[in-house]
Amino acid sequence: MSTSAVEKSVYEQIGGEPAMAAAVEVFYRRVLEDGRISHFFEDVDMERQAARQKAFLTMVTGGPANYSGRDMRAGHAHLVRQGLNDTHFDAVAGHLKATLEELGVPAALVARVLSIAESARADVLNR
Amino acid sequence: MARVRHESRWYPLEPEESVLDGLLRQGVVVPHACRAGACQSCLMRAVSGDVPEAARAGLKDTLRAQGYFLACACRPAPGSELEVAGAEGLRLRARVVSLEPLSPSVLCVRLATDTPLDYRAGQYVSLVRGDGLARSYSLASLPREGVLELHVRLVPGGVMSGWLSREARVGDVLHVQGPAGNCFYVTGRPEQPLLLAGTGTGLAPLYGIARDALEAGHTGPVWLFHGARTPEGLYLGDALRALAGRHPAFHYRPCVLTGGSRDVAEGALAVLLRAECPRVAGYRAWLCGDSGLVLSLRKKLFLAGLSLKDLHADVFLPSAPRAEAAGAR
Repeated sequence: MSTSAVEKSVYEQIGGEPAMAAAVEVFYRRVLEDGRISHFFEDVDMERQAARQKAFLTMVTGGPANYSGRDMRAGHAHLVRQGLNDTHFDAVAGHLKATLEELGVPAALVARVLSIAESARADVLNR
Repeated sequence: MARVRHESRWYPLEPEESVLDGLLRQGVVVPHACRAGACQSCLMRAVSGDVPEAARAGLKDTLRAQGYFLACACRPAPGSELEVAGAEGLRLRARVVSLEPLSPSVLCVRLATDTPLDYRAGQYVSLVRGDGLARSYSLASLPREGVLELHVRLVPGGVMSGWLSREARVGDVLHVQGPAGNCFYVTGRPEQPLLLAGTGTGLAPLYGIARDALEAGHTGPVWLFHGARTPEGLYLGDALRALAGRHPAFHYRPCVLTGGSRDVAEGALAVLLRAECPRVAGYRAWLCGDSGLVLSLRKKLFLAGLSLKDLHADVFLPSAPRAEAAGAR
């Protein structure tokens, strides 16, 4: 593998923004159908909810996102007060993995995405 | 404390108070209806001062560029000063051309504007009476028809609908402001199946959108589902059956919760929809009317595979604060 291929983000390797647009629909359907976590994703404004999830997918694939750890904390604080915990985080991570697999992303790249997602766990859960 | 200047007088705002609430509280007449940032009846123009971005959400760029904002969603920062003007410049004079009942609970109001309103079939306007009373209604007409057609639900105790049904006369002058809304047909992909579903006067925009698509030469199937509690809540059936007679690709499916018949299915709209259109992935859909139905149908269709970018929803909000009595659209 050449050095440039290693440095390329997963986001770039799987096709950038159009790939995110496809992934967000798959991911959003999966979390809405999962009774363990669907209430965290219910939103009268589905466009806004989809935009947030797209930003999340862009971030964990190493794409152009400007989320800081502080943003992640602030953005999830109200959910933590509603009981958001490790179980929910694991469920979301599971759907992230399944979504990427469904879209045919190679296992090595899926693993890289999941490790980025894992690194956000403490901030998401406000620990 | 923030202050708002309107017609050369200053009005103080309470903390967190919107420009709309502050002006109404102090006796200024500002047309308004939903108070939820959706209907755009309360548009005002900023002459000077800063408008929070939240008060411009959903506005067209042309309106933003002219300084327009939604007074109900505008909460200026403490200590700031904002000079505002009404949206009279956006209103067209409109004369009542006809008032005809479509059913015991729906009135068809046709209006002729002095200059043509530039709109897309399926968008909505605010109807503003001389005294500033405003309500938001969807357009059932097509732009080429010239006359604007609104389907007004007769709301028990409703101020605008009551006035239109009992006191308004042909020739009366009102104003229309708008259009607004993203529920309309866009040409392209003429073979794509279209799904239109709504309850009550949610039929108005759908009737416009369906005819717009058919006239634009849409070749794919066009499904129109109209739901009501009882057969009395349905209307325009003859016109829609005639439309289906002229366009084989157009399918009209009325349904009611009780009192079905040979021509009208009985049961929940979502169930009928799934029976007629079991595979909605790849469809384009428009949902209009009661918020509970629109939001649940949208979720069901999305989960069934319809893409969000092909899913258009227009929730009819009751007017506020008299939500118990008056309804919009």
